Amino acid sequence: MLKFENVSKVYDDGFKAVDSVSFEIPKGELLVLIGPSGSGKSTTMKMINRMQPHTSGKISINGKDNKSYVASDLRRSIGYVIQQIGLFPHYTIEKNISIVPELNGWGPEKIKPRVNELLELVGLDPKIYANRYPKELSGGQQQRVGIARALASDPEIILMDEPFSALDPLTREQLQGELISLQKKLNKTIIFVTHDMDEALKMGDRIAIMKDGKLLQLDTPEKLLHEPAHGFVEEFIGKHRIIQNPELMPVIDIMSESVVTSLPQSSPEKAISLIRQRKITDLIIVDESKNLLGIVSAYDVIKKVNNIRTIEELMQPISHILQDTASAKDAIIMMDESPFGLIPIVDEKNKVVGLVTRGSLLSALSSQWTDTETEVVAI
Amino acid sequence: MNNLSIWQQLTEQSQMRWREVLEATSVHIQLVFFSMLIAIILGVFLGILVTRVPKLTTLVLGGTGVMQTIPSLALLGFMIPIFGIGVKTAIAALFLYSLLPIARNTYAGISDVDPATREAAKGMGMTSMQILFKVELPLAIPVIMAGIRTAAVINVGNATLAAFIGAGGLGDFIFLGITRGIDGLILLGAIPAALLAIILEVFFSSVERWTTPKGLKV
Repeated sequence: MLKFENVSKVYDDGFKAVDSVSFEIPKGELLVLIGPSGSGKSTTMKMINRMQPHTSGKISINGKDNKSYVASDLRRSIGYVIQQIGLFPHYTIEKNISIVPELNGWGPEKIKPRVNELLELVGLDPKIYANRYPKELSGGQQQRVGIARALASDPEIILMDEPFSALDPLTREQLQGELISLQKKLNKTIIFVTHDMDEALKMGDRIAIMKDGKLLQLDTPEKLLHEPAHGFVEEFIGKHRIIQNPELMPVIDIMSESVVTSLPQSSPEKAISLIRQRKITDLIIVDESKNLLGIVSAYDVIKKVNNIRTIEELMQPISHILQDTASAKDAIIMMDESPFGLIPIVDEKNKVVGLVTRGSLLSALSSQWTDTETEVVAI
Repeated sequence: MNNLSIWQQLTEQSQMRWREVLEATSVHIQLVFFSMLIAIILGVFLGILVTRVPKLTTLVLGGTGVMQTIPSLALLGFMIPIFGIGVKTAIAALFLYSLLPIARNTYAGISDVDPATREAAKGMGMTSMQILFKVELPLAIPVIMAGIRTAAVINVGNATLAAFIGAGGLGDFIFLGITRGIDGLILLGAIPAALLAIILEVFFSSVERWTTPKGLKV
């Protein structure tokens, strides 16, 4: 659908804003371009509709070089949403949305119903808003109109340059959600520029991380988190560490690695002293090569200490286990059903590598939470 | 005659010269009208030009600014070698004088358009001309009108000096009054000129309000 081949942008003074970037976006994908300021992410996006012409390489849309279009024709065929919204203050909402259809020569009989349809699509009642002026709308409502305006002539591609950055957090969250569901409905190809990692993880089918004009990595959010290809990528996403989204957080990040285990042949006395020492309620039973065998409850051991020879007699099988490839969300869901209130984490050979308890789950999540909280304050 | 009070002089003079006053007023209006017409056309054009060719900004706005610093009487004098004596000279001088407020306000009005609005317009595929006529000029109109109003009011006052170079107008009575020492005669020229300035002020103020896009007033 959209293809970059070794695209660069070099300014007259020799500054390389974008440095030989190549990637391809299939139809219907929402690609997030992210990076620190000056990384070339906005420039990369603006080269698509030639708001910023590229100086070398090739950008093709459905196989056609974007330089083969007349610039204004090209732009009319691509939706464009900017951070500052940029509604025409002297036009009513209806006229603002009609701009591109009018430029494309649609008649009023076709435009009017389209405007109403779009206003409803972005959650604004046409009866109330069609004849208002931009100044009479809140920032969030204005950007809804901005999105409706970009969709007006049903373009295949939509460019969004930090569309929600200027909005308050609540409105931003709401519009992010609405854009996601809108995208599911309309299946547009969207290039979305942001500097906010949380937004990128939430919105992107794939995320492209840029720095100093170079594309460092382009992958799905999951892959980006688990296999950052570059130290900078790790650093850039690591700081935010994903945590508001447990789906993306690997369970190994929240488990405790020091698991108190015991061999099944162990005597009950020895087990009790271990239980007291480590202040635990359940003992994980493993064989010599750390393979998970079962679980023994501390309560049972203390009660039956005189009736047994080895703790193997009290061992129960454990059904709630997670692989080390699982996510924190899996652990949260499973924790509810787990009869012991804990989940051993095993590798592919059934070897115990860690343990998630209600406590470790809570403290992991809350420490992440407070981390992000302080970050917000620091900004 | 000089023993009469100023009001008696005025009454007497106006009874005697009302036809001449009407005629002079008409000449005055013509001086203002034609010089303003040219100044609006050229001033708006120059204002637009400098927003498109930033290199010319200093030259055009500086140049028209210099015109403004020349005393009006001197400017009229400078024009005589070029256009001779009479109406043409007066119109040329008045036009040069009105150019700055109009060109400067056109430039300011267009420059003040929110860059985001301009970027959105360009990003949606408007051509440079479409941006000018659909976005920049409509949004700059109130500021341009303010410039025209300022120019027009100054112009009415300056046009009284046209009498010095034989172009006629209400200035004739003022200078006649000064040379003859008849205060009433001065008023006979000054009062219609002042009224004309007030009428133009009111007129252009309403045009300004009327042309301001509704979306900017809410």
